[in-house]
Amino acid sequence: MHAELSLTVDGHHHDLTVDTRTTVLDALREHLDITSPKKGCDHGQCGACTVLLDGRRTLSCLSLAVAHDGAEITTADGLAPDGELHPLQEAFVQHDAYQCGYCTPGQICSAVGMLDEAAHGAPSIVTEDLTGGVRLDRAEIAERLSGNLCRCGAYAHIVDAVSQVTEEVAR
Amino acid sequence: MTTASRPFVPRAVGTAMPRPDGPQKVRGTARYTVETPGTDALYLFPVQAGVARGHVTAIDTTAAEALDGVVAVLTHENAPRLAQGDGVLQSATIHQHGQYLAAVLATSSETAREAASLVSVSVVEEPHAAVLDEDSPDLYAPDALVVGATDDTRGDPEAALAAADVVLRQTYRTPMEHHQPLEPHATVALWMDEGEGERLVVHDATQAVSWTRQALAGVFGLEESAVDVVAQHVGGGFGSKGGTHPNTTLTALAAKAVPGRSVRYALTRQQMFDLVGYRPATVQHVALGADRDGRLTAITHDVVDQGSRIGEFVEPAAAFSRGMYAAETRRTTHRVVPLDIGAPTFMRAPGEAPGSFAGECAMDELATELGIDPVELRVRNEPDVDPETGLPYSSRNLVACLRRGAERFGWAERDPAPRARLVDGWWHGTGVAAASFPVVRFPGSLATIRAVGSGGYVVEIAASDIGQGARAALTAIAADALDVPVERIDLRIGDTALGPAGPAGGSAGTTSWGAAVVEAAERFRDKYGDDPDDGDEADASTPDNPWASDYAMHAYGAHFVEVAVHADTGEIRVPRMLGVFAAGRIVNPLTARSQFLGGMVWGLSAALHEESVLDDRFGHVVNRDFAGYHVATHADVGTVDVEWLDEDDPYVNPMGTKGIGEVGIVGVAAAIANAAHHATGVRVRSLPITLDAFL
Repeated sequence: MHAELSLTVDGHHHDLTVDTRTTVLDALREHLDITSPKKGCDHGQCGACTVLLDGRRTLSCLSLAVAHDGAEITTADGLAPDGELHPLQEAFVQHDAYQCGYCTPGQICSAVGMLDEAAHGAPSIVTEDLTGGVRLDRAEIAERLSGNLCRCGAYAHIVDAVSQVTEEVAR
Repeated sequence: MTTASRPFVPRAVGTAMPRPDGPQKVRGTARYTVETPGTDALYLFPVQAGVARGHVTAIDTTAAEALDGVVAVLTHENAPRLAQGDGVLQSATIHQHGQYLAAVLATSSETAREAASLVSVSVVEEPHAAVLDEDSPDLYAPDALVVGATDDTRGDPEAALAAADVVLRQTYRTPMEHHQPLEPHATVALWMDEGEGERLVVHDATQAVSWTRQALAGVFGLEESAVDVVAQHVGGGFGSKGGTHPNTTLTALAAKAVPGRSVRYALTRQQMFDLVGYRPATVQHVALGADRDGRLTAITHDVVDQGSRIGEFVEPAAAFSRGMYAAETRRTTHRVVPLDIGAPTFMRAPGEAPGSFAGECAMDELATELGIDPVELRVRNEPDVDPETGLPYSSRNLVACLRRGAERFGWAERDPAPRARLVDGWWHGTGVAAASFPVVRFPGSLATIRAVGSGGYVVEIAASDIGQGARAALTAIAADALDVPVERIDLRIGDTALGPAGPAGGSAGTTSWGAAVVEAAERFRDKYGDDPDDGDEADASTPDNPWASDYAMHAYGAHFVEVAVHADTGEIRVPRMLGVFAAGRIVNPLTARSQFLGGMVWGLSAALHEESVLDDRFGHVVNRDFAGYHVATHADVGTVDVEWLDEDDPYVNPMGTKGIGEVGIVGVAAAIANAAHHATGVRVRSLPITLDAFL
């Protein structure tokens, strides 16, 4: 069974016809050849497929495409329009916050979404004071990015990169 | 024998360089294997065996073939024949759970998967053994290890143990572990016939394009020159992408049935637990004999490995004890229990990782028994020459790593008493362990250097960048060898069209490829000087190390960790880790730090999380995804410090480098277990260390 839908991905409008079993991730990768979001587990356990869907970080492998007709999707590639890297992407390069790079687009989309959640005061399990704003120290960043696995073990450098951008934003 | 007449002068080498492919990686535009555009591509989805041993009596593919979009269903009855090798879809015999029994080719991934579920397989099950029993009657002594002898005995260790002032005898266990790189193994294969005979073009997630080519050429009866293998970006390997596994053969076999069309197959995460190797479980019996001053008089390390009837790989865990410490007598042995499960393979620091858990925990236990500081105990047993070969060391700075680490970690203030620091409901403790990893060089990597334009150089070598940073490292090495800035180097890797090359494995990439690049640069400059003409070209293969028979060559390290164990729940955390390494010259401080960090996170993950649980009834791994097989996450990792010592080693290779990809994991699990004992008084001798041990 097939269905027609449209998606706006990184600012570009696409009309497509997909099998109703197709995930957002497969719609992007297999139908639109947008391979920035990665398939690491296809079960929502690794975070490599993370995109910003209508502004929120979302596991695209757990989202059926037909349930997101008309959605606006931003991938890690879309965070760098015309090749101009997002500050988080710059920080990842400077801190070597990756090795193989396969989890990286997901880590970056997840971090962008996480910074927005924190800016809106959303607490995490390690937030001690629920009444004030969120202060993103290393423990908060690590906790909030724990849905994104990095088998190369670049976590310390990823937190360095995100911390740097957090501090720049706070200034 | 190297002919290098110019000394290698590091300029770019030793300077932090961001990865050249960094901007593509952070945008996600670096293409990994399965993202390679194919030709009229088909999706492959396999049908796998649900029993550990037996044979197929019938396969009904009718319903699958009837599905719209299905192009072919291959089984052992209709698949193309292989010339030799691993027997993928060649017979009805089932050797392991998860073995490929059929493969569907379809125009969409959804259809391929649905069709695979419609293939009906009738199987007769036969008796099997899937779980390691060290008392198995099938236990055998393998002919040899990958490097070194199966057994090695010096002197009379049993007599020395009988005469020793203090004897420590314990058994340590490590589990089956799976590599699980974030990029699943994947292959895109295409058979072409352009009138000059058959040609197989393969994009493969591999650590060694040359090895994949060699394997496929053999299996399909082709000349190696008729097989192209490409791997531009590889999403981690850790050993599983070193060998060529049945998934690659299956994809190429299926593509042979549809010539002119590409076939794409990326494994599911669950399939990653079936057919692409694992680190075998070990049972390790260790005995240490020492005098009252802590000087070792005997070391015995006897290992039983989980094995497979399909293919032999011996986890050389006892080899760790052949070179670490001085002792007058020593025995190391390896035995294997063959089982009806998939074949094990190399996994990050094969041998050293599990072997160091046993060896370095035993040293800590002996230190406690003797009342000697565990750093001091190791220093007292520092050998003058390599105990295994009798050769002097090219450089050995383990003691310097231990001393520097102790200083930086604040070890001097440590109270050795176990179970003495309860803070806010958590027992705290600290632990130490030592690490080593040999300097390995693979022969036969071809480097080609060609002058282009005004002052530029194309440098070609079929190296693999699996995340370790080969692109940055080889660019820097080439620039220094040619005495030009890095901007003038155009490095090309990851393609068998560039010639043969050794693997990204054994922590040997930079040594094997870098030595070839330096040699090629040497020849180039001898021939053309430093102002060559466009198109001038020279090449060289990895030279032999002229010092290989004169010196023992290893990297060393020391790990210091702090552990906290919750007094009520037993939850174990590692808030602080420090690794100090002596590993020759560091090529790229930026990416090298990532390699050490990554190794240490692997050690943490092995210590606390990783264990593949086999179901004896069916022979499969039960916890076959990231929800069941835990690997370390962001929140598991506290403060991690890495430091390396300046080490000038003129014997290892022209660049003075030792491997750094694996030494970082070695000893970490022992340091954590030792710290957990210091925190709680509980010795855990079996990995992973889970909360039930403390309740």
